[in-house]
Amino acid sequence: MYNVRLWSVRHSRGMERLYSVINPAIISLLRVVTKVFGTKLDRPITRLEAAGKGLFFDCKMCGNCVLSSTGMSCPMNCPKSIRNGPCGGVRDNGMCEVKPEMRCVWVAAWDGASRMREGNSAIRELQFAVDQRRQGNSSWLRLARDE
Amino acid sequence: MSEEFAFDDFGANPGDPLPMREGHVSHGRFERVLRAGHFAVTTEIAPPDSSDPDEVLRRARMFDGHVDAINATDGSGANCHMSSLAVCALLTRIGYSPIIQMSCRDRNRIAIQGDALGSAALGVCSVLCLSGDDVSVGDHPEAKPVFDLDSVSLLQTIRTLRDDSRFLSGRPIDDAPRLFLGTSINPFAPPIGNRVDQLAKKVAAGAEFVQSQYCFDVDMAREFMARAVDMGLTERCYVLMGVGVLASAKTAMWLRSAIPGVHIPDAIVRRLEQAEKPREEGRAIAVELMQQLAEIEGVSGIHLMAYKQEQFVGEIVTRSGVLGARKPWALSSADNALHASLEHQFQAAKR
Repeated sequence: MYNVRLWSVRHSRGMERLYSVINPAIISLLRVVTKVFGTKLDRPITRLEAAGKGLFFDCKMCGNCVLSSTGMSCPMNCPKSIRNGPCGGVRDNGMCEVKPEMRCVWVAAWDGASRMREGNSAIRELQFAVDQRRQGNSSWLRLARDE
Repeated sequence: MSEEFAFDDFGANPGDPLPMREGHVSHGRFERVLRAGHFAVTTEIAPPDSSDPDEVLRRARMFDGHVDAINATDGSGANCHMSSLAVCALLTRIGYSPIIQMSCRDRNRIAIQGDALGSAALGVCSVLCLSGDDVSVGDHPEAKPVFDLDSVSLLQTIRTLRDDSRFLSGRPIDDAPRLFLGTSINPFAPPIGNRVDQLAKKVAAGAEFVQSQYCFDVDMAREFMARAVDMGLTERCYVLMGVGVLASAKTAMWLRSAIPGVHIPDAIVRRLEQAEKPREEGRAIAVELMQQLAEIEGVSGIHLMAYKQEQFVGEIVTRSGVLGARKPWALSSADNALHASLEHQFQAAKR
């Protein structure tokens, strides 16, 4: 949801704090789960990730999650799916050139990153294009399996 | 003009690659001009809605002796035109120095890497990496947008081809494409405070020159450049500021509303409104902007975009005086050099 997505960016610092606790927990839990169940639970786990991230970030399940490096603003919501934005077409009011009713996800990203501790330097790192094969797959499971 | 000088500046034949100088990454004249410390001027050619090669050459000829490189746009505004690669191939054949614009909108990484090799094979020496306008703003809004890469990934990709002699897949390339890498910047759109950070990312990704979106606000350009100089970016990357030629206040208003990211101060619009001859006033504004931007520390050149006013590019560049006494390459001077060289060889053979 658009409004929740904006809320998440406004609370990027808190999100980062939460993420730094939750993420290692999720990954270690999933390590155990995949050891015990193999790939049997992949579907529900992926659905859970999609639901959670979908609620807070309008996650598109690109499978190459970089939220903590983009100010908690998901770059896949950019109509051009730019991973190192923004592009040159941002409107004077900070809205997207393609979708004038949407705040530019990269204006949001730099704004969110400015409040974060590690995120503020992480956004300066170069992100290479997404691996399209991972579309629809869980980023959590990938991390848990060190793929 | 000595024979060697002519060869070094123009090649043995117009269109031949120039000998590569030390510290250069390409065989191109554009890189040479910048690395030699000259103030450069580039412009844009509008690829025709036609398959007639003469139309391309006719349009390029208007810039003869006035610009150091010509950008060939790649479906700009997401509208269909002749491809930038074809325009560049026609231009390099007779010795022009084109900058091929490559946008990520229409091609994925397989097509783009192939085009990078192809353009180098066809004598193109400079490339401008762009994300591209979205299909929704063009004349084929029903088309599928690709955007497999973005401008930063595209810079990294071509740098990999050139410096590592391999494709993204790791497969080796026999002869790497010698391309001078560039991209665009827009210091005049939000988030203003982070636009320099964005430039820093592009430089880190391999940008050796950048051309900016239309600059109509010199104060904003000054602030941006001061930060870029502070961060040491201008030592690693040449910055060319974009200058536009406005035909009237109506054009200015249209640009403002139709092309997001174009920032035109009210003072400029008012000046055009009050002018008796707005077209002449628009050119005068361009001349003034060029002169003021050229004064800013760190600005290495001007990218003059005179859409539908290409015939005035020469006049504007000359009036601005930014090139000083230097005269950029022209087809006629290349012809003269070739004839002088042939004559020299002929005389030598006779002796």
